Formats: sequence, structure tokens, C-alpha cells
Amino acid sequence: MTVTTVTTAVTGAVGTAHTRLEGRDKVTGAARYAGEIPYAELAHGWLVVSTIARGRIRSVESAPVLDMPGVLAVLHHGNAPRVNGDYAGMLGRPDPIVAPFQHDRVPYAGWPVALVVAETSEQAREAAEALVVRYDEEPHDVAFSAGHPGTYTPENSPHMQAETEKGDLEAELAASAAVVDAEYTTPEEHHSPLEPHAAMARWDNGRLEVVDSNQGSMWVADELAKLFSLDPASVRVRSEHVGGAFGSKGVRPHQVCAVMATTVLHRPVRVVLTRRQMFSLVGYRSPTAQRVRLGADADGRLRAFDHQAHCLTSTVHEFVEPSAGVGRVMYDAAAHHTVNRVVPLDVPTPTFMRAPGEAPGSFAVESALDELAEKCGMDPIALRTLNEPDAGPVSGLPFSSRNLLACFQEGARRFGWADRDPRPGLHREGRWLLGTGTAAASFPSGAAPSTAAVTAEADGTFTVRITAADVGTGARTALTQIAADALEVAPERVRMRIADSDFGPAMVAGGSMGTRSWAWAVMAAVSELRERLSLGGGIPPEGITARSNTAEAVGALPSRERHAFGAQFAEVAVDVTTGEVRVRRMLGIFAAGRIVNPLTARSQLVGGMIWGLSMALHEEAFRDKASGGHVGADFAGYHFAANADVPLIEADWVDDPDDDDPVGIKGIGEIGIVGVAAAIANAVWHATGVRHRHLPIRPDRVLLAGAEPGGGRDARSRR
Amino acid sequence: MAQSTSSVITLNVNGEKRTLPVDHRTTLLDALRERLDLTGTKKGCDQGQCGACTVLIDGRRAVSCLQLAVAAEGREITTIEGLADGDQLHPVQQAFLDLDGFQCGYCTPGQICSALAVIEEHAAGWPSAATTDVRPEAGVPPLTADEIRERMSGNLCRCGAYVSIVQAVARAAGVETAQAAPALPQQGRTEEGTAA
Repeated sequence: MTVTTVTTAVTGAVGTAHTRLEGRDKVTGAARYAGEIPYAELAHGWLVVSTIARGRIRSVESAPVLDMPGVLAVLHHGNAPRVNGDYAGMLGRPDPIVAPFQHDRVPYAGWPVALVVAETSEQAREAAEALVVRYDEEPHDVAFSAGHPGTYTPENSPHMQAETEKGDLEAELAASAAVVDAEYTTPEEHHSPLEPHAAMARWDNGRLEVVDSNQGSMWVADELAKLFSLDPASVRVRSEHVGGAFGSKGVRPHQVCAVMATTVLHRPVRVVLTRRQMFSLVGYRSPTAQRVRLGADADGRLRAFDHQAHCLTSTVHEFVEPSAGVGRVMYDAAAHHTVNRVVPLDVPTPTFMRAPGEAPGSFAVESALDELAEKCGMDPIALRTLNEPDAGPVSGLPFSSRNLLACFQEGARRFGWADRDPRPGLHREGRWLLGTGTAAASFPSGAAPSTAAVTAEADGTFTVRITAADVGTGARTALTQIAADALEVAPERVRMRIADSDFGPAMVAGGSMGTRSWAWAVMAAVSELRERLSLGGGIPPEGITARSNTAEAVGALPSRERHAFGAQFAEVAVDVTTGEVRVRRMLGIFAAGRIVNPLTARSQLVGGMIWGLSMALHEEAFRDKASGGHVGADFAGYHFAANADVPLIEADWVDDPDDDDPVGIKGIGEIGIVGVAAAIANAVWHATGVRHRHLPIRPDRVLLAGAEPGGGRDARSRR
Repeated sequence: MAQSTSSVITLNVNGEKRTLPVDHRTTLLDALRERLDLTGTKKGCDQGQCGACTVLIDGRRAVSCLQLAVAAEGREITTIEGLADGDQLHPVQQAFLDLDGFQCGYCTPGQICSALAVIEEHAAGWPSAATTDVRPEAGVPPLTADEIRERMSGNLCRCGAYVSIVQAVARAAGVETAQAAPALPQQGRTEEGTAA
């Protein structure tokens, strides 16, 4: 089978707007999510999580709870089924959160200590709240800072180089006419998908069946098989509709606990996390503290680039928020240093959250670029244009395509950038100071091996089977368009079946790699099918099925710097007497390869930009140093943008062809958020003359910083 | 004396009378989802902060997670499943579908139920925090994008579909307009300390 010579026959489905295939089910309420499918004899599990941040469980006093009406079981470290958490999965060794109830150690507040299972959710909830757990508490440390004595530089991994270095940084900084040296911080942020994590598990004729809400059913099935030492073929995971994920929906305690409970009770068990539990059980984005040093000649050419990023992790697992990766793609200099450092604390392990690394990293780097433009007396776009690299600044590899400047040109034209007076603090409308800002965006465009099957049915239709996940991205619709064009048939003749681990291995919905990886596998399977159909002969009642595996083709991709790029623009209004910041309009122009479905692509890019707005102005989880737990672990305490916070936001794209790429799709799930917080912070500076280097730009921070026409003021970091 | 912890109640949902025994602790949301198999109404936070569970009770929008099922007896409850007329989508549903006013779809039933009520509340002349002239004689305020944004802000959408949600509500209300940059409210103190 040749998968590198897939020809793209255009019948016009790709590139035209299609409403979502499951859209009708979603607007009528017919679409069933994981926690919504009824089962006979279904029991309900409710988690109990630790109230201390470090120590040991002395006792779980389950006897009184077992006497409560409807209670079927209380699982805890003393009686729960043993699992094997010592394995290597898709992402390496798992976070120990996937192996709850295996020991008496409590590594952080909100760690699972028991699961109460009852006939109804009301009974399970009341019993879980009544369960007394006694602890031997130990002192904890949850206070994150760049100067923490426990800070270390992690080992390099296949996913991430911890540190890169070339040239003599101090010498180049000393020789620079303009230097920026500033520290930027971003707070702890949470994915907060609207659908809480939910899973139903049951044993069905010797097979473990799990109906789940996840980003990759094969991934979850594989990890459950490893955890419970099962034959992978005996585990089936499905995830038809997913109510948002953003990096949080991998293997988490809800699936594992449901499997434990169904194994003990021999009946279907559903476990749904509460909103509050999600703050400690499903991962989050680490807070960051980042120092950026830029040195440039008087004309703005960079001589020195230094980005030192700090994040936290738990004491039981290492996850690194790779903020310092931005400069490895975006900006070159004679002296170039980037490093990600980690502080282990008594907190839950962070995880991937929409644009891990790039989201916080771009806030620091793209803010610093704006500060450098100010120091050099240059337009921020001109500064970036001048410093556009010819090849990867660290890798030296050529870019597969890099149309960043086209994004800036088109964006500047549509936003009206040429009319901007660069001086800050001058534009007033009543009580509001107005300003505009811009920033660059980038996100890697990877691909991972996937398999797909395409069947030519006897009735003239086609069925595609692939373990893709549609977490709201529109993947189901986009893949249908891809398949239709490859088959040269109308999309109505294609039946797209996704999110079932029985369909075989495929990339998860993550890393902006899903649609690119899945499309590749679908196109390859179609190519194979068409070859077989071209031999002639009828189609038997069971149809003719061709399968693909892109492992070899993905591995054969030449080494390139492969990324999507974008230019973000924002206009803000700031009332320095109330501290209020309003975003008045935003525009994002992206170069992200072939856009499959303009309707859903625009939604996804705008959604990412709204995440950036939300990151800039609203999102911040508070951890109480005394208890080690969250304050306000809910949507009243953790704000993300509501409708009234969001103005008209426009997203569009420029041509970004890559004729050497077999798919041409780059992925758009994450690029939308990148750079937005910097564009907004830069606009707030332009409005007020004050640099805000600490997110979110809260009213109290604006109020205390005031405004200083002419610039030069810095808002202080205040918790 | 044994205390009763459950009751048999009759709920009037989407024009249909449904009689069922319920645990007194059961919320209307859980009764709909777990007992009546009407899972279109979503549970996003279970504490009245996200709006995903919005339904219409006697024609007015309410979060069903903060309502006990026993307290909803005798009232007319309309859920997302009760909006379409057979295969014919309600205009608000059709506008959300056509304009892609959602992504993951989980907040969508609540958004749509809320939008229905927004259009009626506006038509009845109810002001919002975005209404600039709230004098009774001012009449029905224009349903601007800012009005829609304000009135729809009880329904969170984490995917960030707000821009097309505003367009969908406007289309369904028949006031489709280009969305200009939002007006800047000038009420309150200016820097000079005088009312603007």
C-alpha cells in the first residue's frame, strides 16, 4: 500500500461551509453524552477527595455509611481492586492520579480517597458527604515562585528539550543598544469544559465496556487495559459526543473508579465528577513565572534572546508547561537561550491545556517584543518583520511554510493599523482610554500515526471508521468532507463513524494534530479502496473494506519546522478610575494550511481567541497557602469570559500552501489562543502607558497602576 | 414516627403529564435527566452558575439544578426536547444550527432555552443592564448586540461560541444586524469627577 502518493481529487466539499453533522442532535437535545445513556441496574458512584494537602489516611470510617439507604459499596485504599500504575502509555509513565485507592498517602488537597456507590445519585452524594475520613496531617508547601529552593531543570524528553543555548548571552546583552529585562507571570488556569467528566463501565460477556467523555477512546482503552492487566482486545471504550475537553479529558479517576466499582459490584456503574472535584482531579495549567531578556541594536535587530520559564508540578509526577518553546520557533539572535524549569509542590499534577507552553509563553515573549519596539521607537509589526528568521532558530531546519508576515499584512490592513498613533495614553473617549495592540502566534503542526477503515457498501454509500474524537472541533464533519472529496462523491454518501476503540489505533484529539492525522489515514484508506474498486467486479453484501496505517508515511516525513502562524490584533478601552478593561474588538489572521470547513474553523479560531481574552482579563484559580486547597473552586470563584465580556471577534486566514505535505492541513485547535493575552496587554499599555506583566489584568491591578501618558509605568504584581 | 423521604408527583413536561415517585432531594434537573430520560437538559455545574440546565417554567427561564422536583409540580415545564414541531426546528434552534452557534454542544440546550426567553422578555419591554433608557415611557429598547450579550450572560460557553450565539439570537428575533464594536457606557464618574 502506498500512502505517500495520495491524490486529492476535489469535488468541492473541502473548503466549503458545512453545518455540523451532529448539529441537529445538539440543538434538539437528542445528542447523548457519556453520562446520559440509561442502563438497567445502573449504580451511581460519588468520589470523596482529601481535605488535607499532605499526609496519610488514618481511617476511612465506612461502616456508618454502608448502613445508609441505598449504599452498595465504599471503595478506598483498604479494599479497592489493585491496579498496575507502573506502565508506559502513550505519554509515558502515567500520573498516579490514574491509580487511586492503592495506598494511604495523600499528596495534595483534592486527592481521591474513597468512592461511594449507591442505587441513586442522591443516595451516593449524601453518603459521600457523610463519610468520615481521618488523616495524619503533615506540613505542606503550595507556594509557587521562580525562586523556590526546590526548583530544578528537568531532563530532556522526546516531547521537549528542557534547555537550549547558543552564543554569549551576557556579551550580546552588553553590546545591545536597547535591552528589555522583565518578569511576567500567569496564574493557575483550569480547562473547565462545560460537560463534567463522566464514565459508565460494565462487564458485558467478558468484555469491559466503557462509555466515556474523552479525547481518544483508543488511548483510554489502552491505558485501562494496562491498569487492570487486561487483554487490550477485551476493552471497548466509546465517546460519541464530548462536551468540551481542551486537554483535560484523558485517563482520569472517573473511568478507573467506574471500572473498579463495576468489577466489585457486577453491575453497570456511572461516575460523574462534580464541578468542584474537577479542580483537583483533571489537571490544569500550571502558573508560570517567566523572565525574558531581549537585546537589540538601535535599528531593532535582535542580538540576544533569553527566556527562562518556571512552572510547577506535583510531588508525584512531573509535568512541564513548556513556555520557553516559543522563542525556539519565533525569533533568532546571535545569543539565544531558552529553559523550562520546574518547582515540585504539594499540588495536583498540571497537564496539557489548550496551547500548552505557547499560551503563557507567548504572553511573555510577545509582551517583551512590544516593550522592545517601544524602546527602539519602532512599530511592533516592523520589529517583528525585521526579525523574521529564515530557519528554525534552534533547529536550523527550514520551515515547511511560514506565512506570518502575510498574516500581519492582511491583519494590519483590515484592522486599520496604519492609522495608529504609537504614543500611549493619548486616545480618550469619555471616561475610557483607548488603545490597540498586536502580537504574533505560532503552534506546532504535528502528525501521529493513525489507522482508518473505509467500506464501499453495496448500496453505493461509504462508511468510514476511525477512532477520532469530536470534542466540539467539528472533526466528524471535516473528516466527512475529506473522505467525500477523496472518494469523489457527495458528503451525503459518506457515513462517518468515530470514537470507538474497536476501530483501532488513532491519534487523540490533541496537540492540534487530530484532524491532520486522521485526515491522512482516511485519505490513505480511500486511496487503497479506490485501487481495489478500480479492478472492477461487484460489491458483495458485506461491502469492500480497505484499511490504512499511516505509521510509515508519518515516519517518512522529512524533518522541517512545521507550524501554524497568526497575527492577533486587539482594541481595548480602559477606565483607570474603576480599573475596568473592555475589549472592543479583536481580529486574528492565521496561516494554518488548508482549511477544511470554513464555518467550523472560524468558530474554533474565534473560540481560541476568546480563551485568550479570558486568560488576559479573567481566569485565575486561587490556592490557599494555609489549607493547600482552592478557594472558590467553582464558576463563581473561577471566572472565564461570559457573553457580555466578548465583543465582535473576527478570524480569517491567508493562503498557506505546502505542496510537499501529503495532507496540507495544519490544525487550528490551539493557534487561536496564542498571542491574544499579549495583544490585549500591549493594547492596555497603548491605552494607559502602563505595562501589565501579570495576568489576569484585574481591575485592582489597573486601579493601583493608574495611567501615565507617555508610558514608563509598570503595574506591580499583587496577589 | 417514620418520615417520608419520597413523594409521588406529577410533572407537566412539554405538554405531557408524567407521574413518578421522587426522592425529595431530587432536583428538577435530575428528575428530567435520570427519571424521565430527558437528557437534553444539561448538568454543567449543579449549582446555578453555568446555565446549562436552563429550562422554561411557566414560560420563564430558570436553572433546573436549583429547583427541587417536588416544587415544580403543577407548573408548565418546557425543555429543549419540547421546542421543535416534529421535524421542523424552532427558529432559534435553526439559527443556532445554521450560524454554528455552538461547538461541543453541551451548553447549547440551555443557551437555546435562554434565547427563547430573552426574545420574549425583550418584546415585553423588560430592560436589562445594557438598556440605556429604562424610563417606562421609553418603550421597548432596540435589541442590539449589546442587549443580547448582556441578556445571554447567564449561560456560559467554554468553547467560546458567543459571537455566533449573538448572531443566532438576533436572527431568530428578526433583528439581524452587523455587530459593531460595543458602545462604551459613559454612565458613572469620569476622571474629572462629573457625570458623563
